Amino acid sequence: MDFLRPASWAEALAVKAERPDAVPIAGGTDVMVELNFDHRRPPALLDLTRVAELAEWSERDGRVRLGAGVPYARIIAELGDRLPGLATAARTVGSPQIRNRGTVGGNLGAASPAGDAHPVLLATDAVVEVASTRGVRTVPAAEFYRGVKRNALEPDELIAAVHLDVARGPQQFAKVGTRNAMVIAVCAFGLALHPDRRRVGTGIGSAAPTPVRAPAAEDFLSAELTDAGLWASRRPLPDAVRRRFGELVAEAASPIDDVRGSAAYRRHALAVLARRTLGWAWDEYREGGWSACA
Amino acid sequence: MRVTVTVNGERREADDVWEGESLLHVLRERLGLPGSKNACEQGECGSCTVLMDGLPVCACLVAAGQAQDREVRTVEGLAEGADRLAPVQEAFVEAGAVQCGFCTPGLLVAAHDLIRRAGRPSDVEIREALAGNLCRCTGYEKIMEAVRLAAARTASAELSTEDTP
Ligand SMILES: Cc1cc2nc3c(=O)[nH]c(=O)nc-3n(C[C@H](O)[C@H](O)[C@H](O)COP(=O)(O)OP(=O)(O)OC[C@H]3O[C@@H](n4cnc5c(N)ncnc54)[C@H](O)[C@@H]3O)c2cc1C
Ligand code: FES
Ligand code: FES
Repeated sequence: MDFLRPASWAEALAVKAERPDAVPIAGGTDVMVELNFDHRRPPALLDLTRVAELAEWSERDGRVRLGAGVPYARIIAELGDRLPGLATAARTVGSPQIRNRGTVGGNLGAASPAGDAHPVLLATDAVVEVASTRGVRTVPAAEFYRGVKRNALEPDELIAAVHLDVARGPQQFAKVGTRNAMVIAVCAFGLALHPDRRRVGTGIGSAAPTPVRAPAAEDFLSAELTDAGLWASRRPLPDAVRRRFGELVAEAASPIDDVRGSAAYRRHALAVLARRTLGWAWDEYREGGWSACA
Repeated sequence: MRVTVTVNGERREADDVWEGESLLHVLRERLGLPGSKNACEQGECGSCTVLMDGLPVCACLVAAGQAQDREVRTVEGLAEGADRLAPVQEAFVEAGAVQCGFCTPGLLVAAHDLIRRAGRPSDVEIREALAGNLCRCTGYEKIMEAVRLAAARTASAELSTEDTP
C-alpha cells in the first residue's frame, strides 16, 4: 500500500489524477474502521490532512464556503451563528473524539444515508464544490447522493468545499437513536425556514437509500405560510398544518426494516420529528430576530 | 514506511510501519507505549484516546502517516515527573474510579483535557466530554466524582499560585 501525502490542494488533485485508485483519508473516522477490520485494502491512501486549504472556511456575500476538511468541532465552535442547522447536526455526531476528527467532506465521501450532515445540506440548498485537474464543478447536494453509499464523484475528483447561505431564518435538526452519544440515526430530519424567499427546505436521513428531500411537504408548508400571511403576521401555526407537514415528510421517505428500527417506526418517528422541529423553528421565528422578507 | 512523531515531548521514530496501520498500533507495538488501550478499533470505546496537537482523538482512527511530525500525548505523558501522578490520576485513585482499569487511560486523557479547557466543569460538561469513553465496570459515578475532585484541586492550586507574589 502507498501512503500519499500531498502538501497542497494542487498537489492533491495531481496525485488523485495520477492515482484514481487512491482512497482519500481526512478525519479517518470511516476509512480507518474499514482498514482496521480488513473490510478494505486500497492500493493507496491519499492523506488530505496536510492540505491547509481544506481546513479553512470563509464568508463572502452572505455565503459560507466550508472547506471539506473542517472538523465538526470547529463547525460547532466557529459557525454556530452562521450555519445553525449544520452546527446542530454536528453536535450530534459521535463523541468529542469523533467530532475533533470527522469532517463534512468525509460525510459526503462516505455518502451513507445515515450521515448527519446530509439532511441539513439538503434543507439549506447546499452546493458541493468538486475538483480535479480537469477543473472545478458544483453539484447541488440533492444531486450528489447517487445510491446507497454512492456519490457523484468521478474517480479523479476530490471534494473541495461545501457552499451554504448564511442562515436567514431558523434551522433545526433532530435525530432518533437509542441514546444520546454515538448513535447512528434510526432516522433524522433537517429543516430550514427561508423567510427571505418564503420557502421551506427539508432533508430526511436514514429513511431511504440516499438522503432525500420532502418536496411535497416543502410546497405544502411554503404555500400555507405564504397564503395565510404568516411570514408577516408571525401568528401561531395551526395544529393541522404542523400535522399535515409531518405526514407529508413521512410519505417522502422509503424506509426499510433493519436492526435499528422497522420501516413503520421510522415513518412514524419522521412525522413526529418533522412536526416538532417545525414547532421549534416557528417559535424561534415568532420571537423575532429574523426579518420577514427580502 | 518510517513515521516520525513527537510523543510526550520526545521525538520518536518508528520503522517498517505498514501504510494502513493506526497510530494506536504504532504507539503500542512499535514505540513501547502500551498505556493507550486497544479494545474496539472503531472509535466506539475511547480507551485509545490520546491528545494529538492538543485535541483528544481516538488513536485507533488516526492513520500512522497522519501523525507524522505531529505532537502526541499519551497517558504515559500526563504526569509531570516519574514519581508524581497528575492531579486527575491522583483523583481517580482516591475516588476509586478504577476497577479493571481498561478504560482508565482513555478517560484520564479525556478528563485531563476537559479540566485544562474548562477549569471547573459542570456535571453536564463532564458527561458530555466523557461521552466517547465507555466503562463496563464502575457505573461512572466514581469517575464523575474523580473528575470533580481533580477539577476542584486544580482550580484551587491555580488560585493559590496567583496569590503568591
Ligand atoms: C464511533 C463513531 C461514531 C460516528 N458517529 C457518527 C454520527 O453520529 N453521525 C454521522 O454522520 N457519522 C458518524 N460517524 C461516521 C463518520 O465519523 C462521519 O461520516 C464523518 O463525517 C467522516 O469524516 P472523516 O473526515 O473522518 O472521513 P474519512 O474517514 O477520512 O473519509 C470518509 C470517506 O470520504 C472520503 N473522503 C474524505 N474526504 C474527501 C474529500 N475531500 N474528497 C473526496 N473524498 C473524501 C474517503 O475516501 C472515505 O471514502 C461515526 C464514526 C465513528 C467511528
Ligand atoms: S480502541 Fe479506539 S475507540 Fe476503542
Ligand atoms: S474500570 Fe473496567 S472498564 Fe472501566
